[in-house]
Amino acid sequence: MIPLSHYLVLGAILFSIGVVGIFLNRKNLVVLLMAIELLLLAANMNFIAFSYYLGDLAGQVFVFFILTVAAAESAIGLAILIVVFRSRRTINVQDLDRLQG
Amino acid sequence: MSFLQFAFYFLAMILVGAAARVVTVRNPVKAALYLVLAFFSAACIWITLEAEFLAIVLVLVYVGAVMVLFLFVVMMLDIDVARLREGFARYLPVGAVVAAVMVIELGVVLTSGRFDLESMPRPSGHGQDYSNTREVGLLLYTDYVYAFELAAVLLLVAIVAAIVLTLRRRPKTLYQSPARQVRVTKAERLRVVRMPSESRNKENQGDPS
Repeated sequence: MIPLSHYLVLGAILFSIGVVGIFLNRKNLVVLLMAIELLLLAANMNFIAFSYYLGDLAGQVFVFFILTVAAAESAIGLAILIVVFRSRRTINVQDLDRLQG
Repeated sequence: MSFLQFAFYFLAMILVGAAARVVTVRNPVKAALYLVLAFFSAACIWITLEAEFLAIVLVLVYVGAVMVLFLFVVMMLDIDVARLREGFARYLPVGAVVAAVMVIELGVVLTSGRFDLESMPRPSGHGQDYSNTREVGLLLYTDYVYAFELAAVLLLVAIVAAIVLTLRRRPKTLYQSPARQVRVTKAERLRVVRMPSESRNKENQGDPS
């Protein structure tokens, strides 16, 4: 059978990949948002694994709320991205160094 | 090796591979598609953990809605990929070292025996008539109903914020204003002109009958 630790290690690997994605793609706002989605997926994986092994459904309810917040976050993030692109014609993080709109 | 083990390791392999491609691939469109694959594999793993409702929600909401939104935005923007990739090779060793250290640290802690099969055995699972959706729903609408309503308000705020942010007013475009159309009064549209009435004889001149 599969021990709980394997699920947790899978979550850890996913989380590290997300962190590396933030390191590598620090100029590309779109891929930064995707890396954040990976981080949240790793957290959800841990929640669901613990929920199953402990027999407590509260973990799944938490995942439900995390999914809600993540959907709202990515929707607003992409909206901000579009506004930035409209005014600056770029989504390079290094070009976004002025506050004045 | 049981089928469950085979399924878990196979799906985990695909998941890690797809996630690694998400952060390293050059084209953002391909990154979004690899993220779809990663979410799908994660949903399959969640099904083996008896979280069927959340697995379906992940596929419907994430693969169906959020990733399509990502693809839509990526394809709409005219991104200069080459400039965005500057410094990728320079930060790759640092990132790889940080990731390796994180994975080794977490692996050492997590596989130290606290979470193995002896101290935390895998539950035998529920019977055939167990409904995960029903159980989650019961919990969600009783103990967590306040948080559930807050989540609904949060989604509403997100909708309004996204629309307000991306709404663009074009001053040259002609458009109707229904509010002003409804609020219009008789005095604005109708002008009564006072004039003398025509006489009947004059009106009948030239009439063949």
